[in-house]
Amino acid sequence: MYAAMLQKIKPGDWLTLLLGSIFVALLAHKLWGGDLAEKAIIRSGGKIFREVSLSIDQQIDVLGPLGISRISIEKRKARISSDPSPRQYCVRQGWLQQTGEIALCLPNQVSLELAGNTKKYDSLNY
Amino acid sequence: MTASIIKLEITAEDHHIARMAAVALGLTVLESAIPSPLPGVKPGLANIVTLIVLARYGWRIAAWVSLLRVVAGSLLFGNFLSPGFFLSLSGAVLSLLVLALAQHLPSRWFGPVSHSIYAAFAHITGQMLVVYLWLIPHTGIAYLIPIFATAALVFGTVNGLIAVRFMDNAETPKPNVIENPA
Repeated sequence: MYAAMLQKIKPGDWLTLLLGSIFVALLAHKLWGGDLAEKAIIRSGGKIFREVSLSIDQQIDVLGPLGISRISIEKRKARISSDPSPRQYCVRQGWLQQTGEIALCLPNQVSLELAGNTKKYDSLNY
Repeated sequence: MTASIIKLEITAEDHHIARMAAVALGLTVLESAIPSPLPGVKPGLANIVTLIVLARYGWRIAAWVSLLRVVAGSLLFGNFLSPGFFLSLSGAVLSLLVLALAQHLPSRWFGPVSHSIYAAFAHITGQMLVVYLWLIPHTGIAYLIPIFATAALVFGTVNGLIAVRFMDNAETPKPNVIENPA
């Protein structure tokens, strides 16, 4: 039965299938591939504390109401490596790599956001 | 006051369109019982009817059947003029526009499977346009597009194959050929 079904698919249908598959693959690549981030935006108390490029490995200490949050940048990735917040959500978020990724340490009012050269919309700035 | 009588002239073609739309409607109801992992990912079984009608009786009748199915279906499900209705409508309209072009592809090379795939992509495009322009004007929905596109490709192919198979079973065209799909 399946063999009979396959015979009913005309050559152009195979072409359509192929083009459709390529189209879907391109869409997935374009929309899910994500852009690697270029810079890290560090905010403290709602204001931009520093904007640093991801190309330089470094550690940055940010003083918040609870103490010091330490931000590490390594191999074009960034993370909050230590933070005085009680639940440690932002530390446990780990390495950020793609544009739009963000780690928030709300108790210490520190945030780390990655951005590309062009700013994408997200739920924070929409 | 004199009673006025409105008499509608009903042709055999009207009956035929209504029958086809009813079959499509039945498939829509059947399909609503199938659980979906993501709202909007549906097999679109009713489009099988549209494809067969297109191949047999041409685009005008297919458009009638498809749009009647959308309107009658929304009345049945109680979502007439709700966002869900406009999603169906935009998908159906764009599909029909694409089918109007796709039906002119050389039939020696392209069959209902191609029509179905193009229509499925058009359907999802129409829906995403309504979602983006009206319901959720946020670029975040772009993340869902590959999922919808994959579903369109898979279900488009399957629906096309089913349509081809039905037309095989009844090689000689007769008006009530899919009255009892079984």
